[in-house]
Amino acid sequence: MADVADVLAPYRRLLVAQIRSQTQYRLSFAVDLALNATITVIDVFVLLAVFRVTPELAGFGLIETLLIAGLAQVAFQLADLAVGNLERVPFYLRTGLLDAVLLRPLSAFGQLVVLDFMPRRVGRVVQGAVTYGVALVLSGIDWTVPRVLLAIVAPIAGAVCYGAIFTAGAATMFWLVEGGEVVNAFTYGGRDFASYPTPVYGPWFGRLLGFVLGLAFVGYLPALALLGRADPLGTPGWLHWCTPVVSVVWALVAASAWRVGVRHYQSTGS
Amino acid sequence: MFASAFTNSVFGFLKTYVLLAAASTGSAAGYDPAELAMFAWAGQGLLGVVQLFSWTEVADRIRTGDIVTDLLRPMNPLTAFLAADLGRAGHALVIRLTVPIALGAVFFPLRWPEQARTWVWLVVSVGLATVTSFATRYLINLLAFWWLDARGPNTLWLFGGSLFSGLAVPIPFFPEWAQTVLWCTPFPWMLQAPLDVLLERGDPAGLVCGGALVAGVMLGFAAVLQRVALRRLVVQGG
Repeated sequence: MADVADVLAPYRRLLVAQIRSQTQYRLSFAVDLALNATITVIDVFVLLAVFRVTPELAGFGLIETLLIAGLAQVAFQLADLAVGNLERVPFYLRTGLLDAVLLRPLSAFGQLVVLDFMPRRVGRVVQGAVTYGVALVLSGIDWTVPRVLLAIVAPIAGAVCYGAIFTAGAATMFWLVEGGEVVNAFTYGGRDFASYPTPVYGPWFGRLLGFVLGLAFVGYLPALALLGRADPLGTPGWLHWCTPVVSVVWALVAASAWRVGVRHYQSTGS
Repeated sequence: MFASAFTNSVFGFLKTYVLLAAASTGSAAGYDPAELAMFAWAGQGLLGVVQLFSWTEVADRIRTGDIVTDLLRPMNPLTAFLAADLGRAGHALVIRLTVPIALGAVFFPLRWPEQARTWVWLVVSVGLATVTSFATRYLINLLAFWWLDARGPNTLWLFGGSLFSGLAVPIPFFPEWAQTVLWCTPFPWMLQAPLDVLLERGDPAGLVCGGALVAGVMLGFAAVLQRVALRRLVVQGG
Protein backbone atom coordinates (compact mmCIF):
# COMPACT_ATOMS: atom_id res chain seq x y z
CA MET A 1 0.00 0.00 0.00
CA ALA A 2 2.86 2.34 0.87
CA ASP A 3 4.35 1.57 -2.56
CA VAL A 4 1.23 2.86 -4.33
CA ALA A 5 1.33 6.04 -2.26
CA ASP A 6 5.00 6.49 -3.17
CA VAL A 7 4.28 6.08 -6.88
CA LEU A 8 1.39 8.54 -6.77
CA ALA A 9 3.15 11.15 -4.60
CA PRO A 10 4.70 13.21 -7.45
CA TYR A 11 1.36 13.35 -9.29
CA ARG A 12 -0.39 14.42 -6.11
CA ARG A 13 2.15 17.19 -5.58
CA LEU A 14 1.79 18.39 -9.19
CA LEU A 15 -2.00 18.32 -8.88
CA VAL A 16 -2.07 20.23 -5.60
CA ALA A 17 0.32 22.84 -7.03
CA GLN A 18 -1.88 23.24 -10.09
CA ILE A 19 -5.05 23.64 -8.01
CA ARG A 20 -3.37 26.12 -5.67
CA SER A 21 -2.08 28.25 -8.52
CA GLN A 22 -5.49 28.39 -10.19
CA THR A 23 -7.43 29.16 -7.03
CA GLN A 24 -4.97 31.82 -5.87
CA TYR A 25 -7.36 34.64 -6.77
CA ARG A 26 -10.51 33.63 -4.91
CA LEU A 27 -12.97 36.03 -6.51
CA SER A 28 -11.73 35.34 -10.03
CA PHE A 29 -11.95 31.60 -9.36
CA ALA A 30 -15.49 31.95 -8.00
CA VAL A 31 -16.51 33.86 -11.13
CA ASP A 32 -14.92 31.12 -13.28
CA LEU A 33 -16.83 28.42 -11.40
CA ALA A 34 -20.10 30.29 -11.90
CA LEU A 35 -19.41 30.91 -15.60
CA ASN A 36 -18.63 27.24 -16.13
CA ALA A 37 -21.88 26.25 -14.44
CA THR A 38 -23.79 28.83 -16.50
CA ILE A 39 -22.53 27.63 -19.86
CA THR A 40 -23.77 24.09 -19.23
CA VAL A 41 -27.27 25.33 -18.33
CA ILE A 42 -27.76 25.92 -22.07
CA ASP A 43 -28.50 22.22 -22.61
CA VAL A 44 -31.29 22.27 -20.00
CA PHE A 45 -32.85 25.37 -21.60
CA VAL A 46 -32.74 23.70 -25.02
CA LEU A 47 -34.47 20.62 -23.62
CA LEU A 48 -37.20 22.74 -22.01
CA ALA A 49 -37.70 24.70 -25.25
CA VAL A 50 -38.04 21.47 -27.26
CA PHE A 51 -40.62 20.11 -24.81
CA ARG A 52 -42.58 23.35 -25.01
CA VAL A 53 -43.52 22.51 -28.60
CA THR A 54 -43.92 18.74 -28.22
CA PRO A 55 -45.24 16.57 -25.35
CA GLU A 56 -42.81 13.73 -26.09
CA LEU A 57 -39.71 12.75 -28.05
CA ALA A 58 -39.89 9.21 -29.50
CA GLY A 59 -42.29 8.25 -26.71
CA PHE A 60 -40.27 9.78 -23.84
CA GLY A 61 -41.64 12.62 -21.72
CA LEU A 62 -39.85 15.68 -20.33
CA ILE A 63 -38.82 14.16 -16.98
CA GLU A 64 -37.62 10.90 -18.56
CA THR A 65 -35.53 12.82 -21.09
CA LEU A 66 -34.22 15.05 -18.31
CA LEU A 67 -33.04 11.90 -16.50
CA ILE A 68 -31.21 10.73 -19.65
CA ALA A 69 -29.69 14.19 -20.14
CA GLY A 70 -28.70 14.41 -16.46
CA LEU A 71 -26.88 11.07 -16.63
CA ALA A 72 -25.05 12.14 -19.80
CA GLN A 73 -24.16 15.54 -18.35
CA VAL A 74 -22.69 14.22 -15.09
CA ALA A 75 -20.76 11.51 -16.95
CA PHE A 76 -19.35 13.93 -19.51
CA GLN A 77 -18.51 16.70 -17.05
CA LEU A 78 -16.70 14.27 -14.70
CA ALA A 79 -14.63 13.00 -17.63
CA ASP A 80 -13.98 16.54 -18.83
CA LEU A 81 -12.79 17.55 -15.35
CA ALA A 82 -10.52 14.51 -15.05
CA VAL A 83 -8.98 14.16 -18.53
CA GLY A 84 -10.61 16.83 -20.71
CA ASN A 85 -7.32 18.70 -20.96
CA LEU A 86 -5.93 15.87 -23.13
CA GLU A 87 -7.35 18.13 -25.85
CA ARG A 88 -4.09 20.01 -25.41
CA VAL A 89 -2.00 17.12 -26.73
CA PRO A 90 -1.70 18.76 -30.19
CA PHE A 91 -0.18 21.81 -28.45
CA TYR A 92 2.40 19.59 -26.73
CA LEU A 93 3.17 17.89 -30.03
CA ARG A 94 3.56 21.11 -32.01
CA THR A 95 5.77 22.84 -29.47
CA GLY A 96 7.89 19.78 -28.76
CA LEU A 97 7.01 20.04 -25.06
CA LEU A 98 6.07 16.38 -25.14
CA ASP A 99 9.80 15.54 -25.26
CA ALA A 100 10.20 17.05 -21.80
CA VAL A 101 7.21 15.10 -20.56
CA LEU A 102 8.53 11.82 -21.96
CA LEU A 103 12.02 12.35 -20.49
CA ARG A 104 10.72 12.40 -16.92
CA PRO A 105 10.52 9.07 -15.07
CA LEU A 106 6.73 9.44 -14.74
CA SER A 107 3.86 8.28 -16.93
CA ALA A 108 3.17 10.59 -19.87
CA PHE A 109 -0.57 10.17 -19.47
CA GLY A 110 -0.49 10.94 -15.75
CA GLN A 111 1.59 14.06 -16.29
CA LEU A 112 -0.60 15.42 -19.10
CA VAL A 113 -3.67 14.93 -16.95
CA VAL A 114 -2.32 16.73 -13.87
CA LEU A 115 -0.29 19.42 -15.67
CA ASP A 116 -3.31 21.23 -17.10
CA PHE A 117 -5.89 20.25 -14.51
CA MET A 118 -8.68 22.87 -14.44
CA PRO A 119 -10.44 23.04 -11.08
CA ARG A 120 -12.92 25.60 -12.46
CA ARG A 121 -14.63 22.77 -14.36
CA VAL A 122 -16.03 21.62 -11.01
CA GLY A 123 -18.75 24.21 -11.67
CA ARG A 124 -19.96 22.18 -14.63
CA VAL A 125 -19.99 18.93 -12.66
CA VAL A 126 -22.12 20.59 -9.97
CA GLN A 127 -24.55 21.87 -12.59
CA GLY A 128 -24.83 18.38 -14.15
CA ALA A 129 -25.30 16.77 -10.73
CA VAL A 130 -28.15 19.19 -9.93
CA THR A 131 -29.92 18.31 -13.21
CA TYR A 132 -29.46 14.59 -12.52
CA GLY A 133 -30.62 14.91 -8.90
CA VAL A 134 -33.75 16.85 -9.86
CA ALA A 135 -34.60 14.27 -12.55
CA LEU A 136 -34.07 11.37 -10.11
CA VAL A 137 -36.49 12.95 -7.62
CA LEU A 138 -39.13 13.91 -10.21
CA SER A 139 -39.21 10.67 -12.19
CA GLY A 140 -40.83 8.69 -9.37
CA ILE A 141 -38.44 5.73 -9.57
CA ASP A 142 -39.49 2.54 -7.78
CA TRP A 143 -36.28 2.27 -5.73
CA THR A 144 -34.68 -1.15 -5.20
CA VAL A 145 -31.13 -1.93 -4.01
CA PRO A 146 -29.85 -2.68 -7.56
CA ARG A 147 -31.37 0.57 -8.82
CA VAL A 148 -29.76 2.63 -6.06
CA LEU A 149 -26.41 1.06 -6.98
CA LEU A 150 -27.00 1.72 -10.68
CA ALA A 151 -27.97 5.36 -10.03
CA ILE A 152 -24.58 5.83 -8.34
CA VAL A 153 -22.43 3.67 -10.63
CA ALA A 154 -23.92 4.62 -14.03
CA PRO A 155 -22.64 8.23 -14.14
CA ILE A 156 -19.18 7.07 -13.04
CA ALA A 157 -19.11 4.30 -15.65
CA GLY A 158 -20.35 6.81 -18.21
CA ALA A 159 -17.51 9.13 -17.18
CA VAL A 160 -15.05 6.27 -17.84
CA CYS A 161 -16.56 5.90 -21.35
CA TYR A 162 -16.15 9.61 -22.10
CA GLY A 163 -12.69 9.63 -20.53
CA ALA A 164 -11.78 6.77 -22.86
CA ILE A 165 -13.13 8.71 -25.86
CA PHE A 166 -11.03 11.73 -24.83
CA THR A 167 -7.98 9.47 -24.44
CA ALA A 168 -8.45 7.58 -27.70
CA GLY A 169 -9.06 10.89 -29.45
CA ALA A 170 -5.86 12.36 -28.00
CA ALA A 171 -4.01 9.21 -29.09
CA THR A 172 -5.07 9.76 -32.71
CA MET A 173 -3.40 13.19 -32.50
CA PHE A 174 -0.03 11.44 -32.65
CA TRP A 175 -0.87 10.76 -36.30
CA LEU A 176 -3.23 13.63 -37.18
CA VAL A 177 -1.71 16.47 -35.06
CA GLU A 178 -4.25 19.01 -36.40
CA GLY A 179 -7.36 16.84 -36.19
CA GLY A 180 -8.62 18.20 -32.87
CA GLU A 181 -11.93 19.16 -34.48
CA VAL A 182 -12.69 15.55 -35.45
CA VAL A 183 -12.28 14.47 -31.83
CA ASN A 184 -14.83 17.13 -30.80
CA ALA A 185 -17.45 15.33 -32.89
CA PHE A 186 -17.05 12.28 -30.65
CA THR A 187 -16.56 14.03 -27.29
CA TYR A 188 -18.95 17.01 -27.37
CA GLY A 189 -21.05 15.37 -30.07
CA GLY A 190 -21.11 12.21 -27.98
CA ARG A 191 -22.34 14.23 -25.01
CA ASP A 192 -25.19 15.73 -27.07
CA PHE A 193 -26.05 12.33 -28.57
CA ALA A 194 -26.36 10.67 -25.16
CA SER A 195 -28.52 13.52 -23.81
CA TYR A 196 -31.56 12.35 -25.79
CA PRO A 197 -33.32 8.95 -26.03
CA THR A 198 -31.54 6.84 -28.65
CA PRO A 199 -34.77 6.06 -30.63
CA VAL A 200 -34.88 9.78 -31.51
CA TYR A 201 -32.11 9.19 -34.04
CA GLY A 202 -32.41 7.59 -37.45
CA PRO A 203 -31.77 3.84 -37.62
CA TRP A 204 -28.18 3.78 -38.95
CA PHE A 205 -27.02 6.93 -37.07
CA GLY A 206 -28.55 5.76 -33.78
CA ARG A 207 -27.10 2.25 -34.03
CA LEU A 208 -23.67 3.46 -35.07
CA LEU A 209 -23.21 5.98 -32.25
CA GLY A 210 -25.47 4.29 -29.71
CA PHE A 211 -24.41 0.68 -29.90
CA VAL A 212 -21.16 0.52 -31.91
CA LEU A 213 -19.60 3.46 -30.02
CA GLY A 214 -21.67 2.48 -26.96
CA LEU A 215 -23.09 5.95 -26.27
CA ALA A 216 -26.57 4.52 -25.62
CA PHE A 217 -25.05 2.98 -22.47
CA VAL A 218 -24.26 6.43 -21.01
CA GLY A 219 -27.75 7.88 -20.56
CA TYR A 220 -30.47 6.02 -22.40
CA LEU A 221 -30.11 2.38 -21.31
CA PRO A 222 -29.37 3.03 -17.58
CA ALA A 223 -32.36 5.42 -17.55
CA LEU A 224 -34.54 2.58 -18.88
CA ALA A 225 -33.30 0.30 -16.10
CA LEU A 226 -33.98 2.97 -13.45
CA LEU A 227 -37.44 3.71 -14.83
CA GLY A 228 -38.23 0.00 -15.37
CA ARG A 229 -39.27 0.70 -18.98
CA ALA A 230 -38.98 -1.66 -21.93
CA ASP A 231 -36.85 -0.45 -24.83
CA PRO A 232 -38.82 0.51 -27.96
CA LEU A 233 -35.70 -0.54 -29.89
CA GLY A 234 -36.19 -4.08 -28.52
CA THR A 235 -32.94 -4.56 -26.55
CA PRO A 236 -33.25 -7.16 -23.73
CA GLY A 237 -33.67 -5.91 -20.13
CA TRP A 238 -30.37 -7.30 -18.85
CA LEU A 239 -28.45 -5.16 -21.36
CA HIS A 240 -29.68 -1.96 -19.66
CA TRP A 241 -27.49 -2.79 -16.64
CA CYS A 242 -24.32 -3.28 -18.68
CA THR A 243 -22.88 0.26 -18.65
CA PRO A 244 -20.03 -0.73 -16.27
CA VAL A 245 -19.01 -3.60 -18.61
CA VAL A 246 -19.02 -1.27 -21.63
CA SER A 247 -16.91 1.25 -19.73
CA VAL A 248 -14.27 -1.41 -18.96
CA VAL A 249 -14.11 -2.38 -22.65
CA TRP A 250 -13.78 1.30 -23.62
CA ALA A 251 -11.02 1.83 -21.05
CA LEU A 252 -9.03 -1.13 -22.41
CA VAL A 253 -9.41 0.08 -26.02
CA ALA A 254 -8.35 3.61 -25.07
CA ALA A 255 -5.37 2.38 -23.05
CA SER A 256 -3.98 0.37 -25.96
CA ALA A 257 -4.64 3.23 -28.40
CA TRP A 258 -2.74 5.61 -26.11
CA ARG A 259 0.21 3.21 -25.75
CA VAL A 260 0.46 2.71 -29.52
CA GLY A 261 0.21 6.48 -30.03
CA VAL A 262 2.98 7.37 -27.60
CA ARG A 263 5.20 4.70 -29.15
CA HIS A 264 4.54 6.20 -32.58
CA TYR A 265 5.61 9.68 -31.41
CA GLN A 266 8.51 11.22 -33.27
CA SER A 267 9.70 14.51 -31.85
CA THR A 268 9.39 17.72 -33.85
CA GLY A 269 13.18 17.73 -33.81
CA SER A 270 13.36 21.34 -32.67
CA MET B 1 -11.02 22.23 -43.29
CA PHE B 2 -12.15 18.61 -43.68
CA ALA B 3 -12.04 18.14 -39.92
CA SER B 4 -14.35 21.05 -39.18
CA ALA B 5 -16.75 20.02 -41.98
CA PHE B 6 -16.93 16.53 -40.48
CA THR B 7 -17.65 17.78 -36.95
CA ASN B 8 -20.12 20.33 -38.26
CA SER B 9 -22.00 17.52 -40.08
CA VAL B 10 -22.16 15.25 -37.02
CA PHE B 11 -23.80 18.09 -35.10
CA GLY B 12 -26.08 18.67 -38.09
CA PHE B 13 -27.37 15.10 -37.83
CA LEU B 14 -27.80 15.35 -34.05
CA LYS B 15 -29.78 18.59 -34.35
CA THR B 16 -31.95 17.44 -37.26
CA TYR B 17 -33.01 14.19 -35.57
CA VAL B 18 -34.00 15.95 -32.32
CA LEU B 19 -35.96 18.64 -34.20
CA LEU B 20 -37.68 16.03 -36.39
CA ALA B 21 -38.63 14.01 -33.30
CA ALA B 22 -40.19 17.17 -31.87
CA ALA B 23 -42.34 17.41 -35.03
CA SER B 24 -43.67 13.83 -34.86
CA THR B 25 -47.25 15.18 -34.99
CA GLY B 26 -46.52 16.83 -38.34
CA SER B 27 -45.19 20.19 -37.18
CA ALA B 28 -43.42 21.97 -34.31
CA ALA B 29 -43.90 25.71 -33.60
CA GLY B 30 -45.20 26.12 -37.15
CA TYR B 31 -42.29 24.35 -38.86
CA ASP B 32 -42.91 21.18 -40.88
CA PRO B 33 -40.20 18.45 -41.02
CA ALA B 34 -38.65 19.68 -44.30
CA GLU B 35 -38.42 23.22 -42.86
CA LEU B 36 -36.85 21.93 -39.63
CA ALA B 37 -34.25 19.93 -41.55
CA MET B 38 -33.38 22.95 -43.69
CA PHE B 39 -33.25 25.08 -40.53
CA ALA B 40 -30.80 22.69 -38.88
CA TRP B 41 -28.44 22.24 -41.85
CA ALA B 42 -28.50 25.85 -43.06
CA GLY B 43 -27.94 26.88 -39.43
CA GLN B 44 -24.87 24.63 -39.23
CA GLY B 45 -23.59 26.26 -42.42
CA LEU B 46 -24.32 29.84 -41.37
CA LEU B 47 -22.65 29.27 -38.02
CA GLY B 48 -19.26 29.46 -39.74
CA VAL B 49 -20.25 32.40 -41.96
CA VAL B 50 -21.55 34.78 -39.29
CA GLN B 51 -18.99 33.34 -36.82
CA LEU B 52 -20.81 32.49 -33.60
CA PHE B 53 -17.77 30.74 -32.12
CA SER B 54 -15.60 32.17 -29.41
CA TRP B 55 -13.51 35.07 -30.81
CA THR B 56 -10.93 36.77 -28.61
CA GLU B 57 -8.46 38.14 -31.19
CA VAL B 58 -8.91 41.80 -30.23
CA ALA B 59 -9.10 41.03 -26.51
CA ASP B 60 -5.82 39.10 -26.78
CA ARG B 61 -4.20 42.02 -28.63
CA ILE B 62 -5.38 44.37 -25.89
CA ARG B 63 -3.93 42.08 -23.22
CA THR B 64 -0.54 41.73 -24.93
CA GLY B 65 -0.36 45.40 -25.90
CA ASP B 66 -0.28 44.56 -29.65
CA ILE B 67 -3.36 46.76 -30.05
CA VAL B 68 -0.94 49.72 -30.12
CA THR B 69 0.26 48.54 -33.55
CA ASP B 70 -3.34 48.61 -34.77
CA LEU B 71 -3.79 52.12 -33.39
CA LEU B 72 -0.66 53.40 -35.13
CA ARG B 73 -2.08 52.50 -38.53
CA PRO B 74 -3.85 55.30 -40.43
CA MET B 75 -7.08 53.36 -40.29
CA ASN B 76 -9.74 52.95 -37.62
CA PRO B 77 -9.20 49.48 -36.06
CA LEU B 78 -12.97 48.90 -36.07
CA THR B 79 -13.05 49.37 -39.86
CA ALA B 80 -9.92 47.29 -40.40
CA PHE B 81 -11.16 44.32 -38.35
CA LEU B 82 -14.62 44.59 -39.95
CA ALA B 83 -13.13 44.45 -43.45
CA ALA B 84 -11.09 41.38 -42.51
CA ASP B 85 -14.17 39.73 -41.01
CA LEU B 86 -16.31 40.37 -44.08
CA GLY B 87 -13.57 38.85 -46.26
CA ARG B 88 -13.56 35.78 -44.04
CA ALA B 89 -17.36 35.56 -44.22
CA GLY B 90 -17.34 35.82 -48.03
CA HIS B 91 -14.99 32.86 -48.25
CA ALA B 92 -17.06 30.91 -45.70
CA LEU B 93 -20.26 31.63 -47.64
CA VAL B 94 -18.90 29.64 -50.57
CA ILE B 95 -17.30 26.79 -48.62
CA ARG B 96 -18.93 26.45 -45.22
CA LEU B 97 -22.53 27.12 -46.16
CA THR B 98 -22.77 24.93 -49.25
CA VAL B 99 -21.23 21.74 -47.82
CA PRO B 100 -23.65 21.16 -44.89
CA ILE B 101 -26.72 22.04 -46.99
CA ALA B 102 -25.60 19.66 -49.75
CA LEU B 103 -25.01 16.89 -47.21
CA GLY B 104 -28.34 17.55 -45.49
CA ALA B 105 -30.07 17.33 -48.88
CA VAL B 106 -28.60 13.85 -49.43
CA PHE B 107 -30.10 12.46 -46.21
CA PHE B 108 -33.24 14.53 -45.57
CA PRO B 109 -35.98 16.24 -47.56
CA LEU B 110 -35.25 19.98 -47.27
CA ARG B 111 -37.54 22.91 -47.97
CA TRP B 112 -36.01 25.01 -50.76
CA PRO B 113 -37.08 28.61 -51.45
CA GLU B 114 -40.00 28.86 -53.87
CA GLN B 115 -39.05 32.29 -55.25
CA ALA B 116 -35.74 33.03 -56.98
CA ARG B 117 -35.45 36.48 -55.36
CA THR B 118 -35.25 34.83 -51.92
CA TRP B 119 -31.60 34.01 -52.71
CA VAL B 120 -30.82 37.71 -53.22
CA TRP B 121 -32.55 38.62 -49.96
CA LEU B 122 -30.61 35.80 -48.27
CA VAL B 123 -27.17 37.08 -49.33
CA VAL B 124 -28.05 40.61 -48.10
CA SER B 125 -29.48 39.22 -44.87
CA VAL B 126 -26.41 37.05 -44.22
CA GLY B 127 -24.16 40.06 -44.86
CA LEU B 128 -26.06 42.13 -42.30
CA ALA B 129 -26.08 39.22 -39.83
CA THR B 130 -22.29 39.00 -40.18
CA VAL B 131 -21.91 42.71 -39.46
CA THR B 132 -24.16 42.41 -36.38
CA SER B 133 -22.22 39.38 -35.16
CA PHE B 134 -18.90 41.14 -35.76
CA ALA B 135 -19.97 44.36 -34.01
CA THR B 136 -21.23 42.41 -30.99
CA ARG B 137 -18.07 40.32 -30.82
CA TYR B 138 -15.91 43.43 -31.17
CA LEU B 139 -17.86 45.19 -28.43
CA ILE B 140 -17.32 42.25 -26.08
CA ASN B 141 -13.61 42.16 -26.96
CA LEU B 142 -13.26 45.87 -26.15
CA LEU B 143 -14.29 45.09 -22.58
CA ALA B 144 -10.76 43.72 -22.19
CA PHE B 145 -9.65 47.37 -21.86
CA TRP B 146 -11.34 47.38 -18.45
CA TRP B 147 -11.31 43.70 -17.68
CA LEU B 148 -8.04 42.21 -18.83
CA ASP B 149 -9.43 38.71 -18.75
CA ALA B 150 -12.16 38.59 -21.40
CA ARG B 151 -13.33 35.14 -20.27
CA GLY B 152 -16.48 36.37 -18.55
CA PRO B 153 -17.83 38.48 -21.42
CA ASN B 154 -16.82 35.70 -23.83
CA THR B 155 -18.92 33.17 -21.91
CA LEU B 156 -21.83 35.56 -22.20
CA TRP B 157 -21.21 35.68 -25.95
CA LEU B 158 -21.17 31.87 -26.23
CA PHE B 159 -24.40 31.68 -24.23
CA GLY B 160 -26.21 34.25 -26.36
CA GLY B 161 -24.66 33.06 -29.59
CA SER B 162 -25.89 29.50 -29.20
CA LEU B 163 -29.11 29.75 -27.18
CA PHE B 164 -30.59 33.11 -28.20
CA SER B 165 -29.56 33.19 -31.88
CA GLY B 166 -31.60 30.21 -33.06
CA LEU B 167 -28.55 27.95 -33.30
CA ALA B 168 -29.56 25.54 -30.53
CA VAL B 169 -33.32 25.70 -31.18
CA PRO B 170 -35.45 27.91 -33.44
CA ILE B 171 -36.54 31.10 -31.63
CA PRO B 172 -40.28 30.25 -32.10
CA PHE B 173 -39.72 27.29 -29.71
CA PHE B 174 -39.48 29.79 -26.83
CA PRO B 175 -42.53 31.27 -25.04
CA GLU B 176 -44.11 34.37 -26.67
CA TRP B 177 -42.81 36.83 -24.07
CA ALA B 178 -39.25 35.45 -24.36
CA GLN B 179 -39.38 35.77 -28.16
CA THR B 180 -40.37 39.44 -27.84
CA VAL B 181 -37.48 40.08 -25.45
CA LEU B 182 -34.99 38.17 -27.61
CA TRP B 183 -35.78 40.06 -30.83
CA CYS B 184 -34.79 43.24 -28.95
CA THR B 185 -31.27 41.79 -28.54
CA PRO B 186 -28.77 41.43 -31.42
CA PHE B 187 -28.66 37.62 -31.14
CA PRO B 188 -31.65 36.46 -33.26
CA TRP B 189 -30.54 38.89 -35.99
CA MET B 190 -27.34 36.87 -36.42
CA LEU B 191 -28.91 33.53 -37.38
CA GLN B 192 -32.68 33.30 -36.97
CA ALA B 193 -33.30 36.30 -39.30
CA PRO B 194 -31.35 34.96 -42.31
CA LEU B 195 -32.89 31.50 -41.72
CA ASP B 196 -36.37 33.07 -41.72
CA VAL B 197 -35.48 34.70 -45.05
CA LEU B 198 -34.30 31.35 -46.44
CA LEU B 199 -37.47 29.54 -45.29
CA GLU B 200 -39.62 32.45 -46.55
CA ARG B 201 -41.19 33.05 -43.15
CA GLY B 202 -42.33 36.63 -42.69
CA ASP B 203 -41.58 39.59 -44.94
CA PRO B 204 -38.00 39.52 -46.31
CA ALA B 205 -37.91 43.32 -46.76
CA GLY B 206 -38.90 43.78 -43.11
CA LEU B 207 -36.28 41.27 -41.94
CA VAL B 208 -33.56 42.94 -44.01
CA CYS B 209 -34.54 46.45 -42.81
CA GLY B 210 -34.55 45.23 -39.21
CA GLY B 211 -31.20 43.54 -39.78
CA ALA B 212 -29.75 46.75 -41.23
CA LEU B 213 -31.01 48.76 -38.26
CA VAL B 214 -29.54 46.33 -35.69
CA ALA B 215 -26.22 46.12 -37.58
CA GLY B 216 -26.00 49.93 -37.64
CA VAL B 217 -26.88 50.28 -33.96
CA MET B 218 -24.33 47.63 -32.88
CA LEU B 219 -21.58 49.16 -35.04
CA GLY B 220 -22.42 52.53 -33.47
CA PHE B 221 -22.13 51.08 -29.98
CA ALA B 222 -18.79 49.50 -30.88
CA ALA B 223 -17.47 52.79 -32.28
CA VAL B 224 -18.57 54.74 -29.18
CA LEU B 225 -17.09 52.18 -26.78
CA GLN B 226 -13.85 52.18 -28.76
CA ARG B 227 -13.60 55.95 -28.46
CA VAL B 228 -14.24 55.80 -24.70
CA ALA B 229 -11.67 53.03 -24.31
CA LEU B 230 -8.96 54.83 -26.27
CA ARG B 231 -9.45 57.98 -24.21
CA ARG B 232 -8.39 56.11 -21.10
CA LEU B 233 -6.00 53.65 -22.71
CA VAL B 234 -3.08 52.48 -20.62
CA VAL B 235 -0.69 50.49 -22.77
CA GLN B 236 0.56 47.32 -21.16
CA GLY B 237 4.27 47.98 -20.79
CA GLY B 238 6.93 45.54 -21.88
